[in-house]
Amino acid sequence: MFLDRLSAYQAIDLVKKKQITVSEILQDIIKRIEQVEESIKAFLTLNLKEALQEAKDYDRKINLGEEVPPYVGMMIAVKDNIVTKGIETTCGSKILKGFFPPYNATVIEKLKEAGAIIIGKTNLDEFAMGSSTENSAYQVTRNPWVLSRVPGGSSGGSAAAVVADESQVALGTDTGGSIRQPASFCGIVGLKPTYGRVSRYGLIAFASSLDQIGPLTKNVKDCALLMNIISGSDHRDSTSQDIEVSNYLNYCQEGLKNIKIGIPREYFQEKMDREVKEAFDKSLLIIERMGAELEEISLPHTAYSLPTYYLIANAEASSNLARYDGIQYGYRSQDFHNLFSLYCKTRSEGFGKEVKRRILLGTYALSSGYYDAYYLKAQKVRTLIKEDFDQAFKKIDLLLTPTSPTPAFKLGEKITDPLMMYLSDIFTIPVNLAGLPALSINCGFSQEGLPIGLQIIGPPFGEGKIIKVAYNFEQQNEIEKKKPSIGEIKENKEK
Amino acid sequence: MSEEVVIGLEIHIQLLTKTKLFCSCSTDYIGKEPNLNVCPVCLGLPGSLPVLNKKAIELAVKTALVLNCKINRVSLFHRKNYFYPDLPKNYQISQYDFPLAENGYLEISYPEVRKNIKVGIIRLHLEEDAGKLIHKGEITRANHSWVDYNRTGIPLAEIVTKPELHSPEEAQLFLIQLRNLVKYLGVCDGNMEEGSLRCDANISIRDKKTGALGTKTEIKNLNSFRSVRNALEFELRRQKKILEQGGRIIQETRHWNEEKKITVPMRSKEEAPDYRYFPEPDLLPLRIEQEMIERINKNIPELPEQRRKRLIKEYHLSEKDAQMYTDHSTLGDYFEQAAALFPDKKMLNNWIKVELLGYLSKKKINIEHSPVSPERLVGLLKLITQGIITGKIGKSILERMISTGQEASQIIQESKIKQINDQEEIKKIVDIIFKEHNDSIEDLKSGKEKALNYLIGQVMRYTKGRAKPELVREIIKKKLNLWNT
Amino acid sequence: MKRVISGKEIEHIARLARLAISLDEKKEFTVQLNSILDYFKKISELNTDNIEPTAYIISKTNRYNEDSVRDSLPKKEVFSLGPFMEEGFFKAPRIME
Repeated sequence: MFLDRLSAYQAIDLVKKKQITVSEILQDIIKRIEQVEESIKAFLTLNLKEALQEAKDYDRKINLGEEVPPYVGMMIAVKDNIVTKGIETTCGSKILKGFFPPYNATVIEKLKEAGAIIIGKTNLDEFAMGSSTENSAYQVTRNPWVLSRVPGGSSGGSAAAVVADESQVALGTDTGGSIRQPASFCGIVGLKPTYGRVSRYGLIAFASSLDQIGPLTKNVKDCALLMNIISGSDHRDSTSQDIEVSNYLNYCQEGLKNIKIGIPREYFQEKMDREVKEAFDKSLLIIERMGAELEEISLPHTAYSLPTYYLIANAEASSNLARYDGIQYGYRSQDFHNLFSLYCKTRSEGFGKEVKRRILLGTYALSSGYYDAYYLKAQKVRTLIKEDFDQAFKKIDLLLTPTSPTPAFKLGEKITDPLMMYLSDIFTIPVNLAGLPALSINCGFSQEGLPIGLQIIGPPFGEGKIIKVAYNFEQQNEIEKKKPSIGEIKENKEK
Repeated sequence: MSEEVVIGLEIHIQLLTKTKLFCSCSTDYIGKEPNLNVCPVCLGLPGSLPVLNKKAIELAVKTALVLNCKINRVSLFHRKNYFYPDLPKNYQISQYDFPLAENGYLEISYPEVRKNIKVGIIRLHLEEDAGKLIHKGEITRANHSWVDYNRTGIPLAEIVTKPELHSPEEAQLFLIQLRNLVKYLGVCDGNMEEGSLRCDANISIRDKKTGALGTKTEIKNLNSFRSVRNALEFELRRQKKILEQGGRIIQETRHWNEEKKITVPMRSKEEAPDYRYFPEPDLLPLRIEQEMIERINKNIPELPEQRRKRLIKEYHLSEKDAQMYTDHSTLGDYFEQAAALFPDKKMLNNWIKVELLGYLSKKKINIEHSPVSPERLVGLLKLITQGIITGKIGKSILERMISTGQEASQIIQESKIKQINDQEEIKKIVDIIFKEHNDSIEDLKSGKEKALNYLIGQVMRYTKGRAKPELVREIIKKKLNLWNT
Repeated sequence: MKRVISGKEIEHIARLARLAISLDEKKEFTVQLNSILDYFKKISELNTDNIEPTAYIISKTNRYNEDSVRDSLPKKEVFSLGPFMEEGFFKAPRIME
């Protein structure tokens, strides 16, 4: 049996029924990692020794009839910008090399209490800045479907690990699409929760007013399960919200009557891949057939989202990343003669190009003389973008768009042209600006065999509704539940 | 004089909370081992987030209310971005264009000349303190700065005055009175030497004829009230001299050198700082509810100036005595506790300031530790007013109360020094005295008041002061009347 | 394309951000930042005169900590953060230059 193929809810169930042990699941996952990790490079750090010990402990307890946490059997990979006590956390950056956090993120605490086992830390674009995971200082993660393609980013390691069965589920973070776009490129489910739904405590900040942690999973049920664990208000995060967490699993049931879905016309004025458009149109038919009502709507300020996003995100990032200066922890340049040069050398040697570019952009947007024209202006446009969504959600329940205008692009294709790279987030960015929840689910494949994603956007705290539509779509979607095979992976790599 | 001195102060006070502004680390850092009161939040470790300390807000609101400021119902936190090793995040969470409170004033008084002036307060805002840099040896020679983050994140209220102080002396006076106020309110311990109260000053000279404001200089490193005054006096002389010689003042920040008693320009950076303020996304707007303002307002204790005025009105104390009780608030509390139990405020006041304080200071005891409580002092005074003991005996009893800690009645019981107020007993003594002082009786008969007092004195001496003088006088007069009829 | 930001400005910004950039990097960043900022100019088309800026996407009251002391980090964990500690202090080059 290939226990690595199990999704989390299946594994938890089988462990509860004592049909398999936690160690057996983990061992199959480890075998799978040994098989494919060399080609995929999803992980920056593996935590297998501790994981095996934890699995053994749970099995012993189960054998003795002792009580164990409710989600024992769940194996999770964690994006390396979420702090894990005692496990090196680098953010994919050289500047955090050797940083072993002395504390756990709130989501990590919650997962541990729930009984989940952390397999390792996954690769990402440095400080989550990127859309391809190529900006990692350590390694390039490949798309398990076609190894010459990017897995998307910045949570590319998490998405690749899940689709390659190196982990049942994973945590990612989403500032402008960093969960949804890789989920789309890797053909899995990825949810960016409402801003404030999941605690950010322990999430290494990129852009504090946009960042959210969320699940990357093989199916909608696992997504709901993970949301049940990580959601909720946290006294350590002032921006987490005190809104009751519903049991998202309850939304995993059939029926889409009386749901009104809007299609924002502006999204189709942007450049879009033909196959993406076709897959999207097919999805609309399926959803309509399930009983939902479709309606074209307008989000008039969509075209302004990208500059607005990059100005705000980079301004916040320029400040958030100021702390990496070589004084307390992480990397320190050896080549300095005074304090100023220690700062400059450490940061120049420690940060990669994209991070430096964004720090420069953000510093510029906040600097004296430019604040009003860039940062303040962007904040005002943000208001307009948010109001667009507010208006839309008065008329409809959810919005549907493609997740990305293209399927996974080639490694190296956009890395030299930052603006081109930024444009690949054009459909996911408005959601972050408005603080909304949105999910990406696979809705087809290109001729080359690359997954295509469908994005479902909800009103604030509309995660339940989103999960409901996604679950029904998943059941109805006739697309074969394909998997990238190990053989394919090896073959692809040789190409 | 055709010119006017214009001084403004920027004061930072450490608020007396138990924990830091954004985390639950202790604020008790003085004398502690370095880097012990730290956590992911105040170290600015990746992933950590700030959460506001409610008490710090309450203390800041309290201070702002007392400074007659308008409390902004919504204020914002901003990040002030600059690189410095004592700032773990390389930004300070502070407030910028929406501060907690604005537009107030503090009325200060010149103690001798009884002149009051109002000094405007531009704003009061909350921010986090930075860490401490330690240098071995002289700072300019040290190779390294050692950083201690224990102080990082301690809540500060920054108070900015309008440039309405008109002499170095006035600036010092303002600062002392502000210190007394925040100390009195319990919002800050006001210790300038330890840095729990810090002050920067700016000074310029305005031409009175043209009204034109002069260029100002800012002075830093003022570590005592005296240095505030000395530095401003130096800077004033320096500016005047430049102007007299036809020179121009450069706008700059100057460092007060305490040893040499001069201000020197701080090494000017290559360019003016650009702090790139922007709203702190990790903290939501701070909303102050009316209910909170009212609750804090209700609990603000009476201020010294208010108390001084009330003491004069309520107890008919002299200005001087009222000032004494205001300056020494514990003594004032002592007086007021006793006054609640004793009707004769004048007598009470005299006993406290002359007798009680006299004996206490002889024994080097503070009023806080007085062995005689206000209740016991009143007990003693009542024995006097009831005529059970004389005032003179009362004084010696008070001294014994202080040294033994006993109550007055107990001391009297033990030493049998009760006043003699039995008529028959006094009559007998008067008879004895009369026999011994025949000549005085003659004088008395001829109406000499002196003789009367002399005889009373003799009776008192005979009884070692225990006879009640009024009774003695009465009895002697009665006898005299008998003889005269 | 009209240049939005000059090489000199980029140097200034880099200094503010404490980044040392090489000549090559300066050239590269000047080109890239100009093309990005040129694209970003799009937002200046919009009239936002009466629009309030959004700094916070959620409107809710603030969260507070009560004023009670909780444990700080154990000494051992502070000391193992990095190799730059001496006698309990973090060591940096001296501040005055």
